Amino acid sequence: MLRYALKRLLSLTISLIIASIVIFAVIEVIPGDVVRQILGEAYREDTAAALRTELGLDGGPVSRYFSWVTGMLTGDFGTSYTYRTPVADLISDRIGVSLPLAIYALVLSTLIAFPAGIYAASRRGGAGDVTVMGLTQLGVAIPNFWFAMIMVLVFAINLRWFPSGGFPGWDKGFWVSMKALTLPAIALALPQAAILARVMRSSLLDMLGEDFMRTARAKGLTRRQALWRHGVRNALIPVLTIIGLQFAFLLAGGIIIEQVFYLPGLGRLIFQAISARDLIVVESVVMLLVFLVILVNFTVDLAYAAVDPRLRSRA
Amino acid sequence: MKGLWLGIVISVIVIALAVISFVWTPYDIQVLDVPNKLHPPDATNLLGTDHFGRDILSMIMLGARTSIAVALVAVGIGMAIGVPLGLWAAARRGSLLDEVIMRGNDLIFAFPSLVIAILITAVFGPSAVNAIIAIGIFNIPVFARLTRGAALSLWERDFILAARVCGKSAFRISWEHILPNITNLMIVQGTIQFSLGILAEAALSYVGLGAQPPTASWGRMLADAQTLVTLAPHVALVPGLAIVVTVLGLNLMGDGLRDRLDPRVRADRT
Repeated sequence: MLRYALKRLLSLTISLIIASIVIFAVIEVIPGDVVRQILGEAYREDTAAALRTELGLDGGPVSRYFSWVTGMLTGDFGTSYTYRTPVADLISDRIGVSLPLAIYALVLSTLIAFPAGIYAASRRGGAGDVTVMGLTQLGVAIPNFWFAMIMVLVFAINLRWFPSGGFPGWDKGFWVSMKALTLPAIALALPQAAILARVMRSSLLDMLGEDFMRTARAKGLTRRQALWRHGVRNALIPVLTIIGLQFAFLLAGGIIIEQVFYLPGLGRLIFQAISARDLIVVESVVMLLVFLVILVNFTVDLAYAAVDPRLRSRA
Repeated sequence: MKGLWLGIVISVIVIALAVISFVWTPYDIQVLDVPNKLHPPDATNLLGTDHFGRDILSMIMLGARTSIAVALVAVGIGMAIGVPLGLWAAARRGSLLDEVIMRGNDLIFAFPSLVIAILITAVFGPSAVNAIIAIGIFNIPVFARLTRGAALSLWERDFILAARVCGKSAFRISWEHILPNITNLMIVQGTIQFSLGILAEAALSYVGLGAQPPTASWGRMLADAQTLVTLAPHVALVPGLAIVVTVLGLNLMGDGLRDRLDPRVRADRT
């Protein structure tokens, strides 16, 4: 197990290094001088030089790459060109919205998908199965940002159950904040719940055909007992992998949903930074998202190997 | 098989609308008719008008063109690069090259497609072409993995062994024997990636990273509709439904084709 973990850790590190080089290189080829953009047409050379030093733009690409990476490792993401505040502060403000939103959506998606998938599998071929599968077809076909707009129209504007957008901030109270995140989380969770329900169903159906299920029935368990004690438990293994992948999608997918609800999360930060050509912010937020995604996948791999010993030998 | 036919019918209708828009649309969307804005659907404007008084049906037809073009080219990019990579990795299975190709794929997978799109737009500016590249890049590992997996099991088969005995090179075997045997699989996956591409294009143009005005796009129409949804719900409902119906149709077609063409699923059913 330890060898496996070390091996995965090595490949995680290599992935992160390559990802950081790619992101840095992509941002590097952008034409235009930031300093000239900030100062306008008429400026003094010494002012420009001072600003360049302040923003960490002096030196060659290689030395700037290393100062960017070593900075990030110590929690220093550089200074935003437009906000003139540390990027780390901007990110830590915004991640307080994006991360809870992704977790909230993940919980909702799991809460919807598990019962739906188990129900459909236990009624295979019946009316209940057909209905659930039809709904999941619909769920994957609906763009989540459009679903969000429709929910705003119905639940925020007509029924006034939820705010239509914005975020009060966690200091204004937990429940008010959760209420503001509810519609966004539902919108984000919908397609993921549809996918997860399908995976849950097919994984459980695979298990129902296994010999150990017949054994469970033979030793006197009822259908229901066998399903819950042996079927669902074993079916969870592939489902957990998908949940890990989905968390990554939810985190990145939140970028779009944040636009619908005007939530001050990482998504809005990145779009504002793009339009202001504040590339250090774009660079760092993208790197952070990729890091989180790779980290989640790494954790899932490890959890998976801990549950299923066959995987350790394969890698 | 009902799903397959329903899917085919829907897809044909959407494609037909897009093709017809090249020669005819009910109204010219370049002409603004502001006094007639936000008109609900009626006999003159079957799907109503938008905030500039433009006919929504005409815009949906032109938007179908954008969606199909972007998604189709993106699938093309994914196949054109992904399939050869997968074939190559399978031909050299277990080698360093195989490892490098597959790890490279994992790396692309680790970048959420949206983040790739954002990076590309940050560098080159928003446009339909950049949306195509962003979606296309994400399709590469999908096809590479699928091809490698399918090709690996084919390499074990007797008829490939026979081809090797005949002295055919790995390249010729991949081209003459492996590729024709995985075409079905590619068609099915292509349909699914096509529908995902349509959703991705809509999302990108919704946040302003896709096709730019005056090019009509379903995602853009939804972005414009967002502040008008209380005044005139149809401006938000129609483009959204267009996306849902199209994606649903393509998915039904993909699932139906899989049942027909994919031998693994066929074996499962019996």
